[in-house]
Amino acid sequence: MTTATDIEKKKPLSGLADSGAYQKFLAFASLIVLLIGFSIASPNFMQTSNMIAILQATSVNGVLAVAATLVIITGGIDLSVGTLMTFCAVIAGVVLTNLGMPLLLGVAAAIAAGAFCGLCSGTFVAKMKIPPFIATLGMMLILKGLSLVISGTRPIYFNDTPGFDQISRGSLIGEVFPSLPIPNGVLILFLVAIAASYILGRTVLGRYTFALGSNEEAVRLSGVNTDMWKIRIYALAGAICGIAGILIASRLNSAQPALGLGYELEAIAAVVIGGTSLSGGRGTILGTLIGALIMAVLTNGLRVLSVAQEWQTVVTGAIIILAVYADMARRKKAG
Amino acid sequence: MSKLVDMTGIDKFFPGVHALKSVQFDLDPGEVHALMGENGAGKSTLMKILSGIYQRDGGTLMIEGQEVSPKSPREAQDLGIGIIHQELSLMNDLTVAQNIFIGREPRKSFGRLDEATLNAQTAEIFASMNLNLDPKALVGSLTIAKQQMVEIAKALSFRSKVLIMDEPTAALNDAEIAELFVIIRRLKAEGVGLVYISHKMDELKQISDRVTVMRDGEYVGTVVAAETPISQIIAMMVGREVKEEPLDVPDLGDAEMSLQVNGLSRGKEIQDVSFSVQKGEILGLAGLMGAGRTEVARAIFGADPKDSGEIQVHGRVTSITSPTDAVKAGIGYLSEDRKHFGLATGMNVRDNIALASMDLFTGAGGVLNDGKISNSAKTYIKQLGIRTPSDVQEVRLLSGGNQQKVVIAKWLLRDCDILIFDEPTRGIDVGAKSEIYKLLEELAGQGKTVIVISSELPEIMRLSHRIAVMCEGRLTGILPGGKDTTQEDIMHLATQRAAAMQVTGTVQ
Repeated sequence: MTTATDIEKKKPLSGLADSGAYQKFLAFASLIVLLIGFSIASPNFMQTSNMIAILQATSVNGVLAVAATLVIITGGIDLSVGTLMTFCAVIAGVVLTNLGMPLLLGVAAAIAAGAFCGLCSGTFVAKMKIPPFIATLGMMLILKGLSLVISGTRPIYFNDTPGFDQISRGSLIGEVFPSLPIPNGVLILFLVAIAASYILGRTVLGRYTFALGSNEEAVRLSGVNTDMWKIRIYALAGAICGIAGILIASRLNSAQPALGLGYELEAIAAVVIGGTSLSGGRGTILGTLIGALIMAVLTNGLRVLSVAQEWQTVVTGAIIILAVYADMARRKKAG
Repeated sequence: MSKLVDMTGIDKFFPGVHALKSVQFDLDPGEVHALMGENGAGKSTLMKILSGIYQRDGGTLMIEGQEVSPKSPREAQDLGIGIIHQELSLMNDLTVAQNIFIGREPRKSFGRLDEATLNAQTAEIFASMNLNLDPKALVGSLTIAKQQMVEIAKALSFRSKVLIMDEPTAALNDAEIAELFVIIRRLKAEGVGLVYISHKMDELKQISDRVTVMRDGEYVGTVVAAETPISQIIAMMVGREVKEEPLDVPDLGDAEMSLQVNGLSRGKEIQDVSFSVQKGEILGLAGLMGAGRTEVARAIFGADPKDSGEIQVHGRVTSITSPTDAVKAGIGYLSEDRKHFGLATGMNVRDNIALASMDLFTGAGGVLNDGKISNSAKTYIKQLGIRTPSDVQEVRLLSGGNQQKVVIAKWLLRDCDILIFDEPTRGIDVGAKSEIYKLLEELAGQGKTVIVISSELPEIMRLSHRIAVMCEGRLTGILPGGKDTTQEDIMHLATQRAAAMQVTGTVQ
């Protein structure tokens, strides 16, 4: 019988060797290796403009991955983040273009729509006890359909809303530091990530997010209203998808109702590469950001090296398997 | 005629524990030999050695006069030893026949399965058992009793000469038990030897030829079932010397009734349970496994639903439908299974201590005050003597005793004054046990109300001011604590089955 006492004797200081920190280091090291590798392979890679393109490409997937991280830490999964993003973009289009409301109201409507849909998913999961995979799979299809219905299957353009495209494409940083034209989309990604990190690390909602993923029944038996907190987390994740909806609509200056499928898998891939455990209880926003960057760097670098797009997909798939295998092998060793 | 099974001088060591001390056991063909003892007496360990799940560290094991050492359940099966575990290990979504022949399915060419032969062979086995069961039925659609028959058929399909049954009647009703006994008698007549592990005294009298009693990993004795009164078997089971000095039961006088339970019921598991506990009292809840003690605790705590029953906290009727309600009413529950129900093992000590009281540490906008959490946690780490390098150590790295203290700290921090401890010392070593006992006594001394559920009689005797005993979902009696009550008294109540108390009629 292996008791906790035995483990304690073997590894008295393992609390210091923080497992999460190690995983983040591993992901970060991989990112650096990729960056160095690509810059040696191609002189075009390390250009400022290319770096900014990578960051811009990360912004939407990064925000979605942050939303997915929250749900995954509870031990759930959210397959609807991609189509929810599109749905929120369409809502923004309806409010701004079709109804001609002011910019701020459109943004608020998109985020509110996201939060509401998250609340629905959360209710399916927490109250109706539908497994998260199924609940959000259903939600994914519902939202894909609704986006097409509401928009009449046609893109909604934001030409009548001046400044909408600047939300993602403009650069507040570039106005202050002209040599560093980092687009606002990237700025928003970092703000979202910082806020999510803060919520996870410093608030009661965050603490329960980890606790639910670690042992939901123990939390319930501690007298905590686990259903309510779980719904809140899904709603928060939905609101973040709303932000992603604004970002993508701004970047394309249009809401494309057919878009969205496949984004959820890229987001989950980023989360997993970043060391968040799919079984819940463990994960960081920083890890997810690094995961999203690794995917963007990989795609960009391979493109700079003129590798065919088909092969880029193959490599991304292989990276996901490698990343999770490395994580599991390490944890098995740690016992 | 040589014995079917002959085990002598069997020793087994687990890290830090001498689990079996020179134990003997033997079995004749066509015999039902009951194996009895309290939880933890070593019955299951002994049978796991016989069935190849564990290997012995000493002694001899002879099957039909040949010394053998089965290294795996598969080897034991080849020697003709089958075991039916307490928890059935069947695949619910496969058919009866598919279950029985799993791993050795009859095949046709190119690896195709031969379902016809499979079903025919299964029907043959059922015919030999005189059992009317469709080989093509899904196991999940059968009653527990029928599933048990399937397990028996599976064991017989290996041409077992020895069949070990671990608490086969635990989940069965009286009609189903009768059905099982018919099968057992038929197997007996065919010369199969059966080892029968059970806590139910009246069943042993009905079905077994001999009874062997074990206690604390030691062999106590073997008696002929028909000639031995139940009281003697109970005495053999509990006959350990009481080392502790008798408990001094404090006089609580007319101290407030902090918890009253009236007519608590749910299906068969909890039947009309009523009791009350005073402020400062330790109430022991005794009974054998499956008596419904944990179910009662979880129903009081709102973790599981109840059909009926009223709960009064501090004299006021309180509606408790969820753990949240219970915690609000000041009731804390410490589960027997800390890892699954008590702790978020991946989280650190201080978050686990604060888990039920996050609102105390939450400021504006839901922001947590980690400094305050840390201070509170450190206070309890010191007060309860939790041995941990720091308050941010992950709890899974603590020993069982220290994990238990973390759960206790969680409820103390929540300021719960009614604490239900379910098997508080399970998986905790002896030294830490006495620390937990002292802690429980201190809590009662401070005016907390304590309910202790335990399967270990010495633990119940050591702690309880009063002892409530349960059997099969009913509260069969409440005994005073201290020297006036013996372990035999408790065991009598714990085995007082409803069927045994009623006149068994002949009306169908």
